[in-house]
Amino acid sequence: MSTFWQRYKRNKSAVFGLAVIIIVIIMAATANFLYPFDPFRLAGKPLSGPGMNGFWLGSDSLGRDVAAGIVHGAKTSLLIGLIATLVAIFIGIVFGAFAGYYGGRLDDILMRITEIFQTIPSFIFAILLVAIMKPSIVSIVIAIAVVSWPGVARLVRGEFLALKNREFVQACHTLGMNDLRIMLREILPNCMSPIIVIGSLMVATAILIESGLAFLGLGDPNIMSWGFQIGAGRTMLRSAWWVCTFPGVAILITVLAINLVGEGLNDALNPRLRERN
Amino acid sequence: MTEKLLQIDNLFIELPTGSERQHAVQDLSLELAQGETLCVVGESGSGKSLTARAVMGLLPAPHVRVSGGQINFNSEDVTKATYDRLRDIRGSEISMIFQEPMTALNPVMSIGNQIDEIFRYHVSMSRSERIERAIELLRDVNLPNPEQIMNAYPHELSGGQRQRSMIAMALALKPQILIADEPTTALDVTTQAQILKLIRDMQTASNTGVLFITHDFGVVADIADRVVVMQHGIVVESGTVNQVLNSPEHPYTQALISAVPSLMPREARSRLEKTVLQVRGLNKTFGGGKSFFGFGKPNREVRAVKDVELDLHKGETLGVVGESGSGKSTLARCIIRLMDTDSGEISIDGNEINGLSRAEMRPWRNKIQMVFQDPFASLNPRVRVGDIIAQGPVTQGIDRDEAIKRARELISIVGLDGRAFDRFPHEFSGGQRQRIGIARSLALKPEILIADEPVSALDVSIQAQILKLLDEIRDQMNLSMLFITHDLRVAAQVCDRLAVMRYGEIVETGATAKLFANPQHSYTRDLLAAVPGKEWKTGAKSSSVKSRTKSA
Repeated sequence: MSTFWQRYKRNKSAVFGLAVIIIVIIMAATANFLYPFDPFRLAGKPLSGPGMNGFWLGSDSLGRDVAAGIVHGAKTSLLIGLIATLVAIFIGIVFGAFAGYYGGRLDDILMRITEIFQTIPSFIFAILLVAIMKPSIVSIVIAIAVVSWPGVARLVRGEFLALKNREFVQACHTLGMNDLRIMLREILPNCMSPIIVIGSLMVATAILIESGLAFLGLGDPNIMSWGFQIGAGRTMLRSAWWVCTFPGVAILITVLAINLVGEGLNDALNPRLRERN
Repeated sequence: MTEKLLQIDNLFIELPTGSERQHAVQDLSLELAQGETLCVVGESGSGKSLTARAVMGLLPAPHVRVSGGQINFNSEDVTKATYDRLRDIRGSEISMIFQEPMTALNPVMSIGNQIDEIFRYHVSMSRSERIERAIELLRDVNLPNPEQIMNAYPHELSGGQRQRSMIAMALALKPQILIADEPTTALDVTTQAQILKLIRDMQTASNTGVLFITHDFGVVADIADRVVVMQHGIVVESGTVNQVLNSPEHPYTQALISAVPSLMPREARSRLEKTVLQVRGLNKTFGGGKSFFGFGKPNREVRAVKDVELDLHKGETLGVVGESGSGKSTLARCIIRLMDTDSGEISIDGNEINGLSRAEMRPWRNKIQMVFQDPFASLNPRVRVGDIIAQGPVTQGIDRDEAIKRARELISIVGLDGRAFDRFPHEFSGGQRQRIGIARSLALKPEILIADEPVSALDVSIQAQILKLLDEIRDQMNLSMLFITHDLRVAAQVCDRLAVMRYGEIVETGATAKLFANPQHSYTRDLLAAVPGKEWKTGAKSSSVKSRTKSA
C-alpha cells in the first residue's frame, strides 16, 4: 500500500486533484451544517450580486442562495456519480466476465448486445430514459448506468480473454475448481487495476451527464444540483452572471480533479505505463 | 594474428538507484581478436547482455549508463564517441543479432526492404546493385529461394529463417565484430545447430570477431575459442575454452558446469508392469471454425496430436521429447483434460476419463496433477502462497484447517522457508516459484504428475535443483511422471523411457539408454546429433573439447 502511495504521489497534478476532491467531499458532507436550511428556500433579495445582502456568491431570480445550492448540489453530484458508476461497473463486469471467459456463442451474443448500446449516442439515450421513467434520482442513476456500462464490459472482456489462458487459471482447472470461483477469485482480482481507473473517469462523466440532464430540466425536481442551478440562471446570464458561473466552475473543477485522479491512478496501477516519461 | 579488435578495460555500468545492485557490470575487462569467438557466459541477471549493448552504445539511457572504463574498438573509445559516429559504427563495423528474431525484425517491412535499408544508410549504391547484394547475402546464409524471401514479411518465415535473415543483415556490410546475444535460445535444437554452424562458417570466411552471449555451456563448447564467465556483473573466470570447460578454477564456474545435465542417460529404475495411465488413438485438431454468421472461409486446420498411444507404468518417468510445435504440450493438456480431444481414449487405472464432464472429472483430479512451464505465469499474483497450495484440497472438499496444515508441510517438503506461507508470489525467484507450483500439484496427493517443461524457464543451476527435487518427490511419493521437455540433456537425466514426438505423432518410443545408444527413427538421430556440445561432457568430463585449428 505504501508503495502504491509513493507511485501515486509522483504525479503532482494527481495529488492536487485528490486534494480538490477531498475538499468537495468535505463540502458535501458538511452541507447541512454550513447551510442548514433547504437550498430551495427564498433566503433574501433576488438577484443580489456576490457579497451583497449577506450572499457570498449572490442569489438567483427567486432569492435562493447560490452558495447553498453549490454546497448541497455537491452532495447530489457525488452521490449520483458514484452510485451510477458502481451500477455500471457491476453490469459491465458481469457482461464482460461471461463473454470473455466462456467465449464462443455466448461471447457473440453478449457483445452484440453491448454494441447495440454503444451505437446509441449516450446523452440522447440518457435523456430518453429519464423522460420515459419520469425524472427522479433513481431514474437518473439508472439512465447514467445504462449508457456507461458498455465500455466497462469491453474492458473486462479483454482482460478475461487474456487471463483465462494463463497458466495459473489452467492450474485451477486441474484442481477441479468451478468456473464461478475461478472468475471471481482468480481472474477478477487481476483485472481490478484497469477497472478502478476506468471507474474513476466514469464518475466524472456521470457528473457531467447528471448536470446536463438537470440543465434540461430533467433533474429530480426535489433535489438541488449544479446543473439545475445553471439551467435556472441561464436566461439571466448577462444581467446576473453569478447564478450560472459559480455552479459551472464547481462542475469544471470537480470533473477536472476526478480526471487528474484517474490519470494518477492509471500511472500508479498500470506498471507498463508507469515508466513512459 | 593477435591484433585486438575490441578491448574493454575496467568497464562499469551503473543501474538506476533503487535497483538490486548498484552496478550491472563491475570492473569488466575483456578483449576480442580478429577471427576469434569469445563467449560471455552467465545466468540471467549476470550483466552479459548489458555488456554487449554497451559496446553498441545501446544501453537504455538515461537509466542505465556507462559510469567508468573504456570500450576500445580499434583503439577508439566507443563510450566517448558522438551519436553520429556511433551510428556509423553500428551495422557497418559492429553489428548485432538478437535472441528473438521476430521482435528484432520490423513486422511491416519485407526482408528485402530491411536489408536494403542498411545499404541505403551506410553506403551509396544504385538500386539494382543493392538488390543484387541483398539476394547474394540471403544466398550466403543458405536461405532457399532468396528472391522469394526478399519479398517475404517476417511472419511468413520460420524462426530459423528469420534468424538467418537477421544474420544476413548483420553481415551485410562485412562488420569487423559480430555481437550475438543469445541468438539461438529461442530456436529448436536442430535449427540451433544449423545457425551455430552458419555463424562459424561466416566467421571463417570473413575473419570476423564474434562476441557470443549465451547461458548454454553446450553452445559454448561448440563455438567458443575463449570464454568469459560472469556472475552478478563481475567476471569470475576467463580463459580458453579448454581451460574453462575442462578445468574450471572458480567455484561458480565449477558449479555451473556441474549443473549442466550430462547427455549420458542414467540407469532406468526397475518398474512395475502395472499401467496407471493409458492413452489410445488420441487426436486433437485446432482451427476449422467459422465466423458468427458462417461467412468467410474456415480457418486453417492444424492437427496438433495424431493417433497418439502412450502407456505410463507405475513409478516410472516417461519423457515426451520434441521440438516446438510437435504437439507435446497439447498432448499433456489433453491428457489432464484442460482441452477437449477430437477422439481417443484416456484411462487412469483402467477407468476411462476422456468424455467425462467437468463435474464428473473432479474426483479424478486427485489422481492426476500438472506442473506448468512458466513459474511467473502459473501462480496467481494476487493470492498468497499458502492459499495457492491449499486451494486444491479445499476445492476437493477437504477441511480448510487440514488443507492449511498440508500446505505448510508441503512448503517444507519442497524446500522453502515456512514464512513463505503468507507471502505473495512476486516475492520469490523463478526457482522458488517453481517449487511453489510443485507443492500445489502435490497437495492433492496425485499418483500421476504431468510436468510440462518444468525447468525450461530456469537458469541451469536452478534447473538442476528442481530436477533433483522432482526426483526425490517421485521416489518418496511413488509418483508416475509424464515429463514433457525439448531438452534431451534433461530427458537423459530424468526419464526412464522416452517418446519422441514430431508433427503431432510419436515417431519412436523406447528406454532412454537404448534410444540414445541406438536411435531407430531418422528424426531421433537428427535430434541427438543437434544437441550442442555433445562431444564435450557425454558423461566423462575429461573428454576434450573439439580443438579448432583457427587463428589462435
